[in-house]
Amino acid sequence: MFGSETGVFKTSYAADMALYPLPVARRTMAFLALFFLFAVPLLFSVYAVTILNLVLIAVVGALGLNILVGYTGQVSVGHAAFMSVGAYTAANLIARLHAPFWIAIPAGGGMAALVGAFFGIPSLRIKGLYLAIATLAAQFIIEWTINHVTWISGGVDASIQVSPPVVFGMALETQRQLYFFLLFFAALAVTATLNLVRSRVGRALVAVRDQDIAAEIIGINTFRYKLAAFAISSFYAGVAGVLYTYYLGIANYEQFGISVSIDYLAMIIIGGLGSVLGSIFGAAFITILPEATRLFLKHFGGMFLSHGAILNLIPNIRLILFGSLIIFFLIVEPEGLNRLWRNIRNYFRIWPFTT
Amino acid sequence: MLSGERRAEVCQAGEVQLDVGGVAKHFGGVRAVETISLAVNRGEILSIIGPNGAGKTSFLNMVSGFYRPDRGTIRFEEREIAGMRPSKIAALGIARTFQNIALFGGMTVLDNIMLGRHVRMKSGVLSSFLYWGFAQREEIAHRARVEEVISFLDLEDLRKEQTSALAFGLRKKVELARALALDPKLLLLDEPMGGMNQEEKEDMARSILEVNEEWGTTIILIEHDMAVVMDISERVVVFDHGRKIAEGSPAAVARDAEVIRAYLGTARSREGLAA
Repeated sequence: MFGSETGVFKTSYAADMALYPLPVARRTMAFLALFFLFAVPLLFSVYAVTILNLVLIAVVGALGLNILVGYTGQVSVGHAAFMSVGAYTAANLIARLHAPFWIAIPAGGGMAALVGAFFGIPSLRIKGLYLAIATLAAQFIIEWTINHVTWISGGVDASIQVSPPVVFGMALETQRQLYFFLLFFAALAVTATLNLVRSRVGRALVAVRDQDIAAEIIGINTFRYKLAAFAISSFYAGVAGVLYTYYLGIANYEQFGISVSIDYLAMIIIGGLGSVLGSIFGAAFITILPEATRLFLKHFGGMFLSHGAILNLIPNIRLILFGSLIIFFLIVEPEGLNRLWRNIRNYFRIWPFTT
Repeated sequence: MLSGERRAEVCQAGEVQLDVGGVAKHFGGVRAVETISLAVNRGEILSIIGPNGAGKTSFLNMVSGFYRPDRGTIRFEEREIAGMRPSKIAALGIARTFQNIALFGGMTVLDNIMLGRHVRMKSGVLSSFLYWGFAQREEIAHRARVEEVISFLDLEDLRKEQTSALAFGLRKKVELARALALDPKLLLLDEPMGGMNQEEKEDMARSILEVNEEWGTTIILIEHDMAVVMDISERVVVFDHGRKIAEGSPAAVARDAEVIRAYLGTARSREGLAA
């Protein structure tokens, strides 16, 4: 959280390169761990936990997209499609072979990574908007395939029921039980991403984003790293898809449409491109926003409008808010919520020498 | 000076490290490099000079693998590298800097230089995810080498600065640091002093000489500042219109009639200028 670096002297490279170099950061992490492990399940309502579960899933997905778009600079509007690949892979394994979660989740992620790497091949030749269109094609091709190949989709309505994950002999049926399950994977995804971006592969990805020619000249095989970025990103998407399938208890292609891809892009833009914390902020923000608007209109909308009008208004308000927020952030703070946070934090960093 | 003697020895031994045989590169009708052959000895400082459009940068681009030559061979330490992927050539030990700085702007100085170590490091996606263990040990070991380069070029106070925020001269220095972090056997410098003031130029020239002396790195240098070229290079080659028109010691090249005509101006025009 807020802490001054003044008076903290690092005496080894390991200390300088630690994930949380400041004592205050370690205390903050301990506090957050206690909060999420004990306070949330004890104090939050079921409704709040249900929303939080959605946030946790979104965190995994947003981290994945941020690795691709924010860190590597390759635009993708097919993220939801890669989620659906993970979701259907896992759903088939669970429904047909009764696969446990520790097989279903890596398998879903792995399959999504393969498909993602395949659809990432155009990135070797094209950039920016053209790549966006190519990944848009991935979105539609995958959606169409899942919808029309009954071997994958499991029938006419293209949905597959899945049984809840069983952990240590206990089936996680309720949202509260599922919360710990999702929290574990979200924390794992955050830690893995933090590790990735501070080590060799992460640096290479950023190098590809900043100057792909220079990256190649200093020895980074841009070909390999672009595909790796697609694969890693899609792996996260696949895992998020499996988690979402567990959350819903059903795999359904309608949950992974183009609008979900756009939602994820909004998360990382609003949260902050190329930032782990930003992905978390963005995922929380975009997931909670519709619920917050709904609650707000339910409680205060009655003052101006009839009940029916409010029900009509809610989905539209959400879209309007979405669009205006993206525009707002692109203009005012292109580096997103994470930047706002950093500005505050940097003020305290050199305290008491802040001017 | 002892290292000077050592250098002389190396040159006498005349072991060829880079052997370019008749390379050519055309872009449509533009003949960037007509045909150039050049042998570079291990441990020497070689300057390439020539008017704009003479094919100097195109030549470096072929050596570093950025262009694939239309014709000819490029052998580096007995290995054919023409047409190899640039990243692979870098891994063989050829590093370069660019005429118009190509740093990674969104990263700190430290990360930029760490990227120079990329080809010397091994950890892949999985060990990066896990970090604690192999990746961490590797990061720390290579950080130590990076710190050597940092102190060699006096960049200590800039470690955690974003490179996009640095002044021009410093960015050139960081780019050199990134190239050095690769532990190159051959260093290609494309106008390392372009746009620098006198003090920065002297600083850079000193660094180049030190790199060459301390690590025995072969250096090929494109430079327009004649004073610098004459001062630091052991050999000078002159390009004009995609051909090599002269080669030899700085003093010999400066006297060469062909060079004077192509590059420095004819005797008559110089007299004209003087008058």
